[in-house]
Amino acid sequence: MNSYKMNLNRRKFLTNTTAVVGGIGVAFATVPFVGSWLPSAKTKALGAPVEIDISQIEEGQKITVAWRGQPVFIVNRSAEHINLSRNMSNEQLRDPNSNESLQPEYARNDIRSIRENILVLIGLCTHLGCVPLYKPKMGELDSTWKGGFFCPCHGSKFDLSGRVFKGVPAPTNLSIPPHKYVGENRILIGEGV
Amino acid sequence: MDISNALRSWVDKRFPLTQLWNDHVGKYYCPKNFNIFYYFGSLALFVLVLQIITGIWLTMNYNPSAEGAFDSIEYIMRDVPFGWLLRYMHSTGASFFFIVVYLHMLRAMLYGSYQKPRELIWILGMIIYLCLMMEAFFGYLLPWGQMSFWGAKVITSLFGAVPFIGDWLMEIIRGDYNVSGVTLNRFFALHVVAIPLILLGIVVAHILALHEVGSNNPDGIEIKALKDENGNPKDGITFHPYYTVKDGFGLVFFLILFSIVLFYFPTMGGYFLEAPNFDPANELVTPEHIAPVWYFTPFYAILRAIPDKLAGVIAMGIAVVIFFFLPWLDRSKVKSIRYRGIYYKFFLTVFVISFVILGWLGMEVPTPEKTLLAQICSFVYFSFFFLMPIYTTLDKNKTVPKRVT
Repeated sequence: MNSYKMNLNRRKFLTNTTAVVGGIGVAFATVPFVGSWLPSAKTKALGAPVEIDISQIEEGQKITVAWRGQPVFIVNRSAEHINLSRNMSNEQLRDPNSNESLQPEYARNDIRSIRENILVLIGLCTHLGCVPLYKPKMGELDSTWKGGFFCPCHGSKFDLSGRVFKGVPAPTNLSIPPHKYVGENRILIGEGV
Repeated sequence: MDISNALRSWVDKRFPLTQLWNDHVGKYYCPKNFNIFYYFGSLALFVLVLQIITGIWLTMNYNPSAEGAFDSIEYIMRDVPFGWLLRYMHSTGASFFFIVVYLHMLRAMLYGSYQKPRELIWILGMIIYLCLMMEAFFGYLLPWGQMSFWGAKVITSLFGAVPFIGDWLMEIIRGDYNVSGVTLNRFFALHVVAIPLILLGIVVAHILALHEVGSNNPDGIEIKALKDENGNPKDGITFHPYYTVKDGFGLVFFLILFSIVLFYFPTMGGYFLEAPNFDPANELVTPEHIAPVWYFTPFYAILRAIPDKLAGVIAMGIAVVIFFFLPWLDRSKVKSIRYRGIYYKFFLTVFVISFVILGWLGMEVPTPEKTLLAQICSFVYFSFFFLMPIYTTLDKNKTVPKRVT
């Protein structure tokens, strides 16, 4: 019995392989713990699309509806609003063509909407998620103000198409949720074309 | 041998009770020249115990759901016997915890307590500080008031600045597409179970590391370098009874101040409990002005001072994490400010001033002038750390005496 010789290399090999296999096991064991933090089936179901009647929104008026617990702005822009937004000089805007911003492809145009007058936005500042205020009147904020959105938290400013101005903390334009028209006056928020 | 000695010897053969007592209290030698700044360690321990006990009592009546949270706080305040007292002790305790911890950290910076060989004590202390910040942040969501909701919203949105995985990260932290009852539930679990467990473990490690190396003192002299014939430091006195009595006196004084706030100014004019938090959370209306509680405002002011989302978040992160590197940024051979040159004294003074100004700015509505001031103070804040290797090398230090004064 005493003739047994310790094979240190074999011991080392077994220890190392056990450690590696065990480590992989631990890595896989974290999957359910991390995954459990993702939105649950119930949360996802509550995030289902919502249908809104837009016939009652007057010209220049903004309504706020909730989708996925987030405020969604629907604005009925006047012809003057649309013109102002079209003629906004690109110098003042950080992302005038919405290259860096989040919006469905069908809303990525010069006034960021499917129908010219109806603007649909997620009403959360792209800086830190506060709800921006709708300030549509000329000069409402200061003498150069041409109407748009203003975030009271950290002073970010957006034009009447939700495009962010330069020199404010918000990095991108206000996001546009997926949406489509399901009738002359009915809009579905949360599902795209 | 009387009965109590017999009992103690019976235990000692099975558990190192006497040894533990002697190592950490009875025969733990502290420098004899501790001053007022040395109260804050034991006070922090006291507040930790207070927070744990009042916290346990609060969970007995609190309801961690979006529907019930706000009402259950009102129920605690109005209907539960002494509920108002337990809740105000917990909320006042939170602010006092940060007052005590900030002074404890200032002590370390005044007397070089983070320097070699106490780097690990400092790092463990910084981990405790990070745990406290998480505790405070998770706890602040629980009353489910307007400021709870929007504060949590702003802070979780910070993670959205991370490139590529930002949105996923935000979703996995909130467990929803927005801060919601799901978020409230998990913050409750983290606030009452996960973080306190980590906190207790690290506090024990912090004290063990301190007792291994021995305490620093206002002169920054190693008392272990000079020992008497029994091998005990000549400038040392045992923690018990000398410092148990001193800390007891300090505790009484602290409790007087604590009680004044607790009984007469529990909201501290909106600084300890913010006014919008007396409105229930409403996801569709942002309060006029969002500001974190006072102990986070210096970092919040740094975040706002930088007009770029990602850069602002990074600057704020660095402002906190940079403290970890203090033992290596400081190249001075002298620990205590008493024997340091003019440069360190100057930089530490302007650092403390800019920290206080940033704290005030973080509560204010930003204007162009205030943003400029925040940028200047942020610059001073970072200069203190980044220039430290240079000015602590150039500094003309005084000679450190052999014995404590």
